Amino acid sequence: MDLQTLTYIIVGATFALYIGIAIWSKAGSTKEFYVAGGGVPPVMNGMATAADWMSAASFISLAGIVSFVGFDGSVYLMGWTGGYVLLATCMVPYLRKFGKYTVPDFIGERYYSQAARTVAVICAIFICFTYIAGQMRGVGVVFSRFLEVEVDTGVYIGMAVVFFYAVLGGMKGITYTQVAQYCVMIFAFMVPAIFISVMMTGHIFPQLGFGSQVLDAAGNPSGTYLLEKLDGLSTQLGFNQYTEGSKSMIDVFAITAALMVGTAGLPHVIVRFFTVPKVKDARSSAGWTLVFIAIMYTTIPAVAAFSRVNMIETINGPESTGVAYETAPQWIKNWEKTGLITWDDKNGDGKMFYANGEQNEMKIDRDIMVLATPEIADLPAWVIALVAAGGMAAALSTSAGLLLVISTSVSHDLLKKNLMPNISDKKELMYARIAAAVGVIVAGYFGINPPGFVAAVVALAFGLAASSLFPAIIMGIFSRTMNKEGAIAGMVTGLAFTSGYIVYFKFMNPELNNAANWLFGISPEGIGFIGMIVNFAVALVVSRMTTKIPDDVIEMVEGIRFPKGAGGAQDH
Amino acid sequence: MAFENEDKAKGYWRENLRLVLGLLAIWFFVSYICGIVLVDVLNQVEFAGFKLGFWFAQQGAMYVFVALIFVYAVKANALDKKYNVHED
Repeated sequence: MDLQTLTYIIVGATFALYIGIAIWSKAGSTKEFYVAGGGVPPVMNGMATAADWMSAASFISLAGIVSFVGFDGSVYLMGWTGGYVLLATCMVPYLRKFGKYTVPDFIGERYYSQAARTVAVICAIFICFTYIAGQMRGVGVVFSRFLEVEVDTGVYIGMAVVFFYAVLGGMKGITYTQVAQYCVMIFAFMVPAIFISVMMTGHIFPQLGFGSQVLDAAGNPSGTYLLEKLDGLSTQLGFNQYTEGSKSMIDVFAITAALMVGTAGLPHVIVRFFTVPKVKDARSSAGWTLVFIAIMYTTIPAVAAFSRVNMIETINGPESTGVAYETAPQWIKNWEKTGLITWDDKNGDGKMFYANGEQNEMKIDRDIMVLATPEIADLPAWVIALVAAGGMAAALSTSAGLLLVISTSVSHDLLKKNLMPNISDKKELMYARIAAAVGVIVAGYFGINPPGFVAAVVALAFGLAASSLFPAIIMGIFSRTMNKEGAIAGMVTGLAFTSGYIVYFKFMNPELNNAANWLFGISPEGIGFIGMIVNFAVALVVSRMTTKIPDDVIEMVEGIRFPKGAGGAQDH
Repeated sequence: MAFENEDKAKGYWRENLRLVLGLLAIWFFVSYICGIVLVDVLNQVEFAGFKLGFWFAQQGAMYVFVALIFVYAVKANALDKKYNVHED
């Protein structure tokens, strides 16, 4: 059977599975639609949250990025996992006790203010749309590469599938499909990783192979450690040492912090912990989520190092003199067709050569590091098909989670709690579905006509989450005196500062975007960290100068600080 | 009020904060101190085929994060029981 048929079968089978689960778990009430009836077991919720969190970017691009920047890639590895410690210890148990459906719900009631709720809704919707545009694009790219349809057609198919199960099943449908998607995704990521680890170092666990000696041609340890070899190759070819960074320490610090705090402030992640039955479950569920994420995230840097050594050796050859193009392995030619690898024989010797600077003749796109690993390692066709299905699972699960937050924000926070408080549960559910449908269409539009600034906008999404929602939630739980004036002033200044900084450097004056012009040497990717500090500071000062918060709100804050009396699972 | 008296409520919250701050101190230490601020110093040390600072940044910190959350879950649940404010 050829690769393409195999890919159709495997991707088709996973789609059928997702849709089957959606039909089985159709949501009947708003509570089921918003928080799956609050009855999802913690391990399963952890798995679903991990799938929700790990996007097409994590699956396809992250290993490639780490592979090309080495140590500097640590900001993503630590940044996108460390946020869960904040979530588990400082946020989710209390928000679960609070027991409502959305992040704006909490902010609106804690700060007894429609204005605060509205600011939170705007942040939530903006963050989610920013994110989802990239996902739909990911679906399209995977489709076009492995199934050889147009990117646009790929986006339409992806839209149809997400539409079906997110609109029909709501959180309930999404949660159970995400469990399936996690399994597909992790299997698809680990199989090639394990193969390549065994091939290069003889270790089954890529995490151990990462720190081991590379095998020689006869399959015996060669006495050279993988990272030692990689550092050697990098220096020899004019790159920085792989294990040392090129970013300044303060920038690495700020970016890591902005990503961690941003993760903890992302509405589609927080809302997942409203779906478990108890406060106790919210705590352990956060742990399980991180276990499932860490399985992939500790493998990513290993894959990054393996594929970098592999790639350099394939192109430059064992003597580092270059490999004749005629004898190059098939995968280089396959990927050349997609334009993701290009070779320009500058010195006309018919040999490929990869280096930093003048001598370099290769242009290699970061994204192929994961997608091409199975081919580089010469794995069977079904593994390649599996990687396609895994990439789809990653993109679909994240899109669905984001769509749900968008639809909830509209039907619950804007309509029910703001514009039309008297609508019935059934009507509200209908509006939630309509909002999800509109969300799919808008997301699809961005997938087909991607804004050229997707990468810049992702920095914005994390920056905004870090500088607006995160401080408001933390102060809402840990301060009994923070009032609405303080919280709103904090959110608005945090938001204005962060978005102003990013827009200034990324959109208005990209030519000034370098360390010499940055505030304290912090890049736009890390500025959310400073935005967060600004938010806290402004909120504290303003709250001191304005009115005291009402007694019933103080009582509410005291009430969410211990688990007893949390509403149990209902509607099940 | 679920607590027997005001003192118990304050005691519970104080112990809870101490637990959380203790864990966050470790969280900060393994990621920001070992993985970023002191990375060059720790890189002088070799650890199982890695430079130690690099290992913290790309492996170790993540393992510690996972452990921290489970430690928190167990200890926080025990604290709830001690003050009798756990769920039924």
